[in-house]
Amino acid sequence: MADIHQLAQQFKELDDQLVNCMRCGMCQAVCPVFSETGREVDVTRGKLALLDCLADELLRDADGVNATLSRCLLCGTCEANCPSGVKVLDIFLKARAIMTGYYGLHPAKRAIFRGMLANPRLFNALTAIGSRFQGLFTKKVDDLLGSSCARFNAPLIADRHFNSLATTPFRKHVASLDTAAGSSGLRVAFFPGCVVDKMYPAIGDATLKVLKHHGVGVFLPENQACCGIPVLSSGDRQGFNRLVEINIDRFAGAAFDALVTPCASCTSTIKELWPRLYDGGKVNTEAIRLIGDKTMDISQFLVDHCGVAASGEQPDRGTAAVTYHDPCHLKNSLGITAQPRTVIKASNVPLIEMQEAGVCCGCGGTFNLFHYEMSRKIGGRKADHIESSTAKTVATSCPACMMQITDLLSHRKSGIKVRHVIELYADSL
Amino acid sequence: MAHETKQNLAREFAAIVGDDEVMTGETDLHAYSYDAAVLDPVVPSYVVRPQTTEALGQIVRLCNENGLPLTVRGAGTNLSGGTIPHPGGVVVLTNRLNRILEINEEDLYAVVEPGVITSRLAAEVASRGLFYPPDPGSQTVSTLGGNVAENAGGLRGLKYGVTKDYVMGIEFFDVDGTLVKGGSRTVKCVTGLNLPGLMVGSEGTLGVFSKIILKLIPPPRAARSMMAVFGTIKAASETVAAIIAAKIVPATLELMDNFTIRTVESFRKAGLPTEAAALLLIEVDGHPAQVEDEAVQVERICRENGAEDLTVARDSAERDIIWQARRDALPALAKLKPSCVLEDATVPRSKIPAMIEALTEISKEYNLPIGTFGHAGDGNLHPTILTDRRDKVEWQRVEQAITAIFERAVQLDGTLSGEHGIGIAKARFMEREVGAGTLAYSRRLKMAVDPKNILNPGKMV
Repeated sequence: MADIHQLAQQFKELDDQLVNCMRCGMCQAVCPVFSETGREVDVTRGKLALLDCLADELLRDADGVNATLSRCLLCGTCEANCPSGVKVLDIFLKARAIMTGYYGLHPAKRAIFRGMLANPRLFNALTAIGSRFQGLFTKKVDDLLGSSCARFNAPLIADRHFNSLATTPFRKHVASLDTAAGSSGLRVAFFPGCVVDKMYPAIGDATLKVLKHHGVGVFLPENQACCGIPVLSSGDRQGFNRLVEINIDRFAGAAFDALVTPCASCTSTIKELWPRLYDGGKVNTEAIRLIGDKTMDISQFLVDHCGVAASGEQPDRGTAAVTYHDPCHLKNSLGITAQPRTVIKASNVPLIEMQEAGVCCGCGGTFNLFHYEMSRKIGGRKADHIESSTAKTVATSCPACMMQITDLLSHRKSGIKVRHVIELYADSL
Repeated sequence: MAHETKQNLAREFAAIVGDDEVMTGETDLHAYSYDAAVLDPVVPSYVVRPQTTEALGQIVRLCNENGLPLTVRGAGTNLSGGTIPHPGGVVVLTNRLNRILEINEEDLYAVVEPGVITSRLAAEVASRGLFYPPDPGSQTVSTLGGNVAENAGGLRGLKYGVTKDYVMGIEFFDVDGTLVKGGSRTVKCVTGLNLPGLMVGSEGTLGVFSKIILKLIPPPRAARSMMAVFGTIKAASETVAAIIAAKIVPATLELMDNFTIRTVESFRKAGLPTEAAALLLIEVDGHPAQVEDEAVQVERICRENGAEDLTVARDSAERDIIWQARRDALPALAKLKPSCVLEDATVPRSKIPAMIEALTEISKEYNLPIGTFGHAGDGNLHPTILTDRRDKVEWQRVEQAITAIFERAVQLDGTLSGEHGIGIAKARFMEREVGAGTLAYSRRLKMAVDPKNILNPGKMV
């Protein structure tokens, strides 16, 4: 372990970004974690002040600061609402990387990030084995949601209700595609993302069906790697760099008009974090920027480039209404809120808004793994709003949010379906 | 303090509020060492969070018995250092004392605990068809206890007044933890000393609030907003004076100088006139017929006083565009430089042209960018100095410029602070405005009710 002075020097390098926080405290109004605990260490202003104190060696409790850094969903709501425009996510991701350098990467994370995720073939093989044997350890709890829980006490699973690994991952039956532009004259690169591939293959199928319907050619290269967000949020910049390099290698050189994903987290990671945080030095930063510029959410692509518009007809009165949850990585990171709603309206289903549709569901990726109780409390509010909307289906644009919402609703036996926007649209075609 | 004593006191606090609500770890303590003022942090020894007012009283008593300096903290949004603790002191958090106890629609008042968030009360009251007007810029996070302790203002001060105009009654603990009650639920009350008046703006130095009774009013039924463009600051401020002289009191009457206009425009690109010397943003409200009448008069007065252009919002979308410009002022300025020092020196409104002129001179003399916007209608301007607090040389000039701003405001029969409070930041300037006798009187008062000087020491007097 390096000494605390060296650690402080590394945090000093964030000074130009840290200094922009004027401590106004407006982040207290929007931070989901702070709204539960009411403690200053849990809100962005507090964390930034602590990093300042650590950099100035006024504070020597690196363990304490490291713990507070992990108590953040990285939802970006504070950044989207910050009066002085502090680049909060940049700072927190870099700070986590500095802390990981100081404490070392946990051996299990090292094995997963640098061994498994950086080797897509191995990852695919391991999850295939997992999906075959998962029935031994889990049992179904809700057929409507397709959720399961642990058969016996398993520490990592705890009391979670989750969607099982798909028996046939998306990439198993569609390993690669390379079709020319159709009637639209457009061709996209398709990045399904790990959760769609391994848990929600139907979202991948729905995306392909919709693209085909609109005459869009698809380039889907084999063995794509994880976008890197779980790795980066655990502070492993080296592992993140490797994943960016693998993916750039898969996509660079191909001709396409846009890179689309049905995963809000993958979209914002590729678009925002690849260009800003890749520092591996092996691939051309211009190539990364070009891919980032072309990357967009599937709904955004359909509305902005394929002319999908809200249907003029009133849906049948009998049709059960849908409510929409804004994923943080679309709303806060990219400002995308209108297009997914347009796609729902284009699917001939009535859309009703829930309260606080834009508030985080509490998943936060790895946050859910390490702070499950907090994650459930934050999610409780979301589940309340979904239920009181009276909708029979909740739609969203991020499979990670879908996992969290499924867990929440399955525990409550709400009888509400969880679907991706693109699945609704595909159903209507 | 000896380690053992500290441990013992922590146990005593825990006996009152429970282990989870006493923080003594280094990281937690550092997170309560600052507020929104640009001042050096001071680390407390304990942070305690009571869940009940009874526990709050017991904490105050324990602090006094042990001579521990106590600083109450709501959301920590203070702009003058009022919530920065005393070294080694106790920070008492109010954010778990956040119950709205009563909203009385017949007698038009609300009873709240001190940790209720301002905008939460405003929304709750609005949902019952009533109105709580004070709207400080931090209202989405600030607490009503903090608003009362600082006598917070906002955009509606001109017509609706500030926090002090809404405090009907207050309950607080004295240093012994004894409950003291002032005011009542009645419109009129002359029973005893005007203790609510004493507590408002006392910055946590005279007692610890446990319950506040706030006046509510019926909301205006109509409102109209407009934006007027001026070629000189003088014309804009003469317009302000002319509107008031015509016996019209707009709900809001805000000014933005050229520097602020240009900054907001480059931030939002909403089509603001970047050549204009000043903008006035005006809203009249009340009965629909009165609004109609006043809007016409205000428009005429603006034109007579040299407004080069004038836009009246025709619907709520156009109204939002006008007020978005005002809401953008601070965020846009704040993004220009790492640090921004937001001042609130206030002058009688007829002196606004002189004050703006002084600010322009000060900006030149100390070579610092200063954007000025604010509540022109009530003379409360917000000169905002843009700087980088890490630049020690420039920071010295910032401190000189702040002194110069205060001196000019006082010379113009104004005051050091319109709404941010004195706290630590302006304590040393107090004597210049109020004189030695006033300070001595205030200190004697403070020593009489707080002989050990534990209630937010070092603030104000």
